[in-house]
Amino acid sequence: MSHSTEAGAVHHSMLQTPYRDLDQQRETATLGMFVFLLTELMMFGGLFCSYLVYRTLYFPSFLEASRHMDLTIGAVNTAVLICSSLTMALGVQAAQSGRGRTVVLYMAITLLFGCTFLALKAVEYYHHWHAHEVPGFGFEFVSGAAGVDVGKAQLFFALYFIMTGLHALHMLIGIGLVTWITICAWKGHYTEGYHNPVENVGLYWHFVDLVWIYLFPLLYLISRMHT
Amino acid sequence: MSAAPSVAVEPREHYLNVDYGIRSWLLTTDHKRIGILYMISITVMFFIGGLFATLIRLELMTPAGDLVTSDTYNKLFTMHGIVMVFFFLIPSVPAVIGNFVLPMMVGARDMAFPKINLLSWYMYVIGAAITLYCIIVGGVDTGWTFYTPFSTTYSNTYVFGSIVGILFAGFSSIFTGLNFIATIHKLRAPGLTWRRMQLFLWSYYATAVIMILGTPVVAIALILVAVERMWHIGIFNPALGGDPVLFQHLFWFYSHPAVYIMVLPAMGVISELVTTFSRKRVFGYEFVAAASIAIAVFGFLVWGHHMFVAGISIYSALLFSIMSYLVAIPSAVKVFNWTATLYKGAISYRTPMLYAFGFIGLFTMGGLTGLFVAALGVDIHVTDTYFVVAHFHYIMVGGTVMAYLGAIHYWWPKMFGRMYPEGWAKLSAGIIFIGFNVTFFPQFLLGYLGMPRRYHAYAPEFQVLNVMSTAGASILAVGYLLPLIYLIWSLRYGEIAGPNPWGSTGLEWQTTSPPPTHNFEETPVVTEEAYAYDKHPEMDFVA
Repeated sequence: MSHSTEAGAVHHSMLQTPYRDLDQQRETATLGMFVFLLTELMMFGGLFCSYLVYRTLYFPSFLEASRHMDLTIGAVNTAVLICSSLTMALGVQAAQSGRGRTVVLYMAITLLFGCTFLALKAVEYYHHWHAHEVPGFGFEFVSGAAGVDVGKAQLFFALYFIMTGLHALHMLIGIGLVTWITICAWKGHYTEGYHNPVENVGLYWHFVDLVWIYLFPLLYLISRMHT
Repeated sequence: MSAAPSVAVEPREHYLNVDYGIRSWLLTTDHKRIGILYMISITVMFFIGGLFATLIRLELMTPAGDLVTSDTYNKLFTMHGIVMVFFFLIPSVPAVIGNFVLPMMVGARDMAFPKINLLSWYMYVIGAAITLYCIIVGGVDTGWTFYTPFSTTYSNTYVFGSIVGILFAGFSSIFTGLNFIATIHKLRAPGLTWRRMQLFLWSYYATAVIMILGTPVVAIALILVAVERMWHIGIFNPALGGDPVLFQHLFWFYSHPAVYIMVLPAMGVISELVTTFSRKRVFGYEFVAAASIAIAVFGFLVWGHHMFVAGISIYSALLFSIMSYLVAIPSAVKVFNWTATLYKGAISYRTPMLYAFGFIGLFTMGGLTGLFVAALGVDIHVTDTYFVVAHFHYIMVGGTVMAYLGAIHYWWPKMFGRMYPEGWAKLSAGIIFIGFNVTFFPQFLLGYLGMPRRYHAYAPEFQVLNVMSTAGASILAVGYLLPLIYLIWSLRYGEIAGPNPWGSTGLEWQTTSPPPTHNFEETPVVTEEAYAYDKHPEMDFVA
């Protein structure tokens, strides 16, 4: 099958069938990624909404359960993710100016940050497991405060594990994607003219970071202000 | 709309004969082949869903629950709903017709993301396979709505498996919507501005927006049901502090707009049919286009009308009721404008046009009865009765299935290069229209008289109307089987269709039939608005 392109268009091995030129391809891919992130936003949105509804309904229990979050690990992890977003942004910038080796460097650092986040998250989960705070697995919750109910505290932990678990799954996928980008950059696939995979993985990574930026205050911080 | 005429030289290579291997179909990234794959798969699912409907109607012939047990009956209406909604209606007009037609209508060589498009079909097939497996090993009995806490705590059928199947179908829907949006935004042919787009494209754009924004929410709602079912956490279980009404909110946030996923693309199809067979530009183009977007936007603000009796506050119920009335405005704009398009048009009563007429009439009835159930007081009376069943079947079967069949007949010559047999097609369109009304009109009466839905036994005074409904269903079944037979027959024996048998100005008709793999020999250039029949008196019927 011959791929006839319009007169004047530059042939490029990375140009896919539907597109006239690389610019159109890049714009379309970016649009596609933004639309995909919109679906992600709606999915997490459903969870955030459920969390906020229950937090309002069962305020004392959620307040009490929220105090069992490990603020130190949460804060460190937030810092780790913000740093990873910085290195990702630098990596994308390097790709845009065609510096392939620099891309590899920044992506490797981003990977390191991503793995650090997941490792710390695992430690945190382990602590919850140890404290019998995993819903459905011998959940225990003792509190003398008025209006605090074990079932409702369990609801907090259920939402905590589902939300951070879904976020961790997205981190895992992100780490896979960044690894792929690193290998491709190492092989020299990206040039000044063709680098939209780097940009799009970057968008995805920033989005996953952004979800955490909302998860952290909602789950760890806002209930601490109430004494 | 004019494009450089492409010269047809026989025998020429087109998307069907370019390669006959099974791999060339299963690994294809050609949007036309993916459309055909979707068509075959949803046809299979349609007849499976239809089988359940047949059993339901047979049971309801007599007031006593004598054909199946009540447990089996629960499974029958649940599986009818799941199969028809998630595996037939949602992918029918969008994925089959959209995949085949949409890229050609924007003058593109393919969808924006051909591989994701193929992945979408595989997601659909995996989801359908999982769901069929659950059906075969024992079925599911929660109703297609999976209401909690029954689905999470009490049902001992294959709820988890069905949810996984639906999640896959959801991904398929998201990928399709993603492709529609990117293709319409970025791959339009030179000169094809937004205001020159055929109305089909506006409808599909609005549909895609709903697919993108709604589907992830139902996905997370169903994931929460699955999680609760597995670990007994109590997210929606009131005994453990959960709130079952929250599930209904999350579920209907998608599942009400999902109705517009079914009917908006159908409206796009009707706009094409009405203009082609009236030889006129559509009346009030801008309004019909804007109505599509308005329906998509309003559609997201009315989900609460499914929950008027679920214990939501009277204030939110009032707002949801008012918003539901507002959806009627853009819907009516469309109906009025199609009707106005007919005025002084050169109307030809070909099969697709018959289906378009059927759609307009039945959709109007479905829409007007929608106003009944949007009214708070009337809704209390008819909630969970056959009135609601009749109402949504008028929209989904009378609307979407009519438009789907109209679209299949209209684009059949483009898909396979052959005409369907006109006489048989008109006959079955008539049978379907009659069968549909005989099946579902009595259900309005039944519901108004107070017959509840989802029971396998009923009071004896309802029997006459139920027998009518069952008789209508058998007429309808004949009407659906006929096209299956003559369309397959026409693949080999149908008259050869030219590139543009309807003399349509649509961009998709400006290439050969069946089209080459990349749709157009050279990129078309669009120089005028859509449906400019007045400027092209030479465009006329060939077949």
